Amino acid sequence: MTARLSPRNAFVAVVIAILALVPVYAEATGNTFMVSLFTRIVILAIAAVSLNLIMGFGGMVSFGHAVYLGIGGYAVGILAKEGINSGLLQWPLAVAASALFALAVGALSLRTRGVYFIMITLAFAQMVYYVAIGLDRYGGDDGMTIYKRSQFGGLIDLSNKMTFYYLCLALLLASVYVVWRLVHSRFGMVIQGARSNERRMRAIGFPTYRYKLLSFVFAGMLCGLAGALLANHTDFISPALMHWTRSGDLIVMAVLGGMGTVFGPVIGAVALLVLEEVLSGITEYWQIILGPLFLLVVLFARGGIDGLLAGVRRG
Amino acid sequence: MLYLIEQCLNGIQLGMLLFLLAAGLTLIFGIMDLVNLAHGSLYMLGAYFAATFAAVTDSFLAGLGLALLATLVAGMALEVIAIRPLYGRDHLDHVLGTFGLLLFFNELVRLIWGPAGLTLSLPPEMLSAVQVLPGVYYPLYRLVIILATLTVALLLYALVMRTRIGMLIRAGASNREMVGALGVNIKLLYTLVFGLGAALAGLAGMLQAPLSFVQIGMGENILILAFVVIIIGGIGSIRGAFVAAILVGIIDTIGRAFLPDLIRHFVSYSAGSSAGPALSSMLIYTLMAAVLVFRPEGLFPAARR
Amino acid sequence: MADALLQIEGLSKRFGGVVASDAIALSVPPGELHAIIGPNGAGKTTLIGQLAGEIAPDAGRIRFADRDVTGLPIFRRSQLGLARSFQITSLFLDFTAIENVALAVQAHAGHSFRFWRPARDEAELREPARAALMRAGLAHRADALVANLSHGEHRQLEIAVALATSPRMLLLDEPMAGMGPEESARMVKTLRELKRELTILLIEHDMEAVFALADRITVLVYGRIIASGTPEAIRANAEVRQAYLGEQEARHG
Repeated sequence: MTARLSPRNAFVAVVIAILALVPVYAEATGNTFMVSLFTRIVILAIAAVSLNLIMGFGGMVSFGHAVYLGIGGYAVGILAKEGINSGLLQWPLAVAASALFALAVGALSLRTRGVYFIMITLAFAQMVYYVAIGLDRYGGDDGMTIYKRSQFGGLIDLSNKMTFYYLCLALLLASVYVVWRLVHSRFGMVIQGARSNERRMRAIGFPTYRYKLLSFVFAGMLCGLAGALLANHTDFISPALMHWTRSGDLIVMAVLGGMGTVFGPVIGAVALLVLEEVLSGITEYWQIILGPLFLLVVLFARGGIDGLLAGVRRG
Repeated sequence: MLYLIEQCLNGIQLGMLLFLLAAGLTLIFGIMDLVNLAHGSLYMLGAYFAATFAAVTDSFLAGLGLALLATLVAGMALEVIAIRPLYGRDHLDHVLGTFGLLLFFNELVRLIWGPAGLTLSLPPEMLSAVQVLPGVYYPLYRLVIILATLTVALLLYALVMRTRIGMLIRAGASNREMVGALGVNIKLLYTLVFGLGAALAGLAGMLQAPLSFVQIGMGENILILAFVVIIIGGIGSIRGAFVAAILVGIIDTIGRAFLPDLIRHFVSYSAGSSAGPALSSMLIYTLMAAVLVFRPEGLFPAARR
Repeated sequence: MADALLQIEGLSKRFGGVVASDAIALSVPPGELHAIIGPNGAGKTTLIGQLAGEIAPDAGRIRFADRDVTGLPIFRRSQLGLARSFQITSLFLDFTAIENVALAVQAHAGHSFRFWRPARDEAELREPARAALMRAGLAHRADALVANLSHGEHRQLEIAVALATSPRMLLLDEPMAGMGPEESARMVKTLRELKRELTILLIEHDMEAVFALADRITVLVYGRIIASGTPEAIRANAEVRQAYLGEQEARHG
């Protein structure tokens, strides 16, 4: 596993460096908004990386992945509302709830494939969306403010923007590393093989279903963690976060950045959200470019930004 | 009892609108093997066109007619410009590409018409109620929707089953290369089919507009329902879309109308108010899940390729 | 027969009005290379499909290594030692040749719930993969991307992948499909070597290869077995000549 100094690796290093230095730059220029923006970028990058585990490497296109941002977020929000503010209770519960939901949805959805799979994951996400709208006690359609961030005793203070940012960044880098190892392990080989040719995988003796299901659960758990982080970041949680078009945003990040690598979605998240910020400063209607741009990427630059850098699309 | 009849009729009416959407979707999916997430955008365009033209011409019907034409043209233009490159690619590319179009249309509408949305009012003649059964009155306009859509359904059936073009459509669905080899202009055929699907979607949007609203993103929620309909009905099958649409329309409406009360009755008041709407939404998805598990080709699968 | 490795009894399958398999009965003892021939549409691929587990028969039993495998899922049969190759190449196109074979090795090297160690570094997987590639004659192309291999090399890789699952029996579905004379000769040589250690059920159209390799031949026409026996007996069988070999001779004659 040697690291080569290719354009792609250099780019990755630069992106990580930028992410690490954002707060320093922000301090120096007094621009605290940047920290807020990049915290959001980093958190959504974690979600996008989790999605790409199953989508880019596993070939399972889930159009309902944003639901885990909601489940994680609501776990934090509901517990906070009921007076439980300890992060040590909230966050594991957020992840566990996501795991359970992913297990249930995956068990059913993975019996289908192709567009049926896409539709059924979308449908399950919409179900949770509607359930959340019905939760009057927890804000319903309007959403719910979270008055106190997750508490971790005296270990770490999440209300400090800098601290929170570095925590999220650390979690992002850890996630990328873990997913990277996962993808290249025996387990990852099964997932990738199933994406490449599932019929062959079964013919050579793999019971592919259980491996795909487990990867689906992992992806859900990681995204649930991102959801807990997001709830802390925005101090707010609402059903809108789980609408299927939000899942679409995550897919856009992964495809734009590059589905073929673990780090690709991070690039995609940075690119998309920075672009959003920059362009919305110029014109109110910047999104009109995003749609066709994305279509063009799908048609001509399927490997995303990372693919363009590498010249070849491979995991 | 009267309430039940009214809700059943509402369910059928919703089913009719779903059918219009689903028919176009299933035709496009069945014949061009294309998954079109931007179909809801055409539904939205239809409504916006209708509201605009009706205001300009000061006539509801003229507004509808012009809007139908405009949506047909818009659909065909979209096909030529953006959809053609997607044929033959795998479904993920379709989903991604048409998702990009969905984003585009939302912004385009915002650019042209502003973020606030429009209204489309019914002409006064349509505001009355009609006696459908002794003692049962039902809004005229909703009846009009049901009858109009039934007419469209019959026309569609006649088109697909009895005309030369319909034969080409069916042939194209089962063997693309063969039809191309026979010298038929497949490209034109696809453009026409897509345009037809777009017009149907637009029609649904404009018929729906006076009952609810005309706003950005209005197609997104109903699009999911339309996909559920074609999965339950069977991809590529118009007959399946019809039956499934009515089924889904009735279940959804009756569910929303009666489930909260049932829950309030048997569980608790607050549970009924909060869980009711959520559960009735879930009914449809549960039905789809059941179909996918037990009969994945759908209830009325179209002829195999 | 108690010593048959593969035993098929009364296997039947129809698709609508078409009878693809008509009460097929067959017995393959260990170590035999049994060829199945027949005109197109005879139901050969359907037969393999049922043996492998992709198609559920309407009636009949399949016994492999003294076990009734009729209801077993595909991956279970592979784990029991029944490997197959595909008529239309079915490989992992975006992987290299050795990665393809290593996957097959991995499928039979315990469970794959291992999440940390890179699979590419595992000698436990790579060494047997290399060995299988060598037996199939592809060792020199180990690191080539499958998408870059020639058609003949694809067919060889199919064999290597099947071999890597440590099978007791190979179901080969037209391994020589689309091969030129030189490549076919190489494949015959490979199969002759494999014959010494494995039982093989071979479906093929290439008559030269069939008669060069087969211990016994079964002829399938419209889903029914019309003859089964030694190559000499089959060559002499009038009904077979008429139904099948006659066609071939007319074409080559």
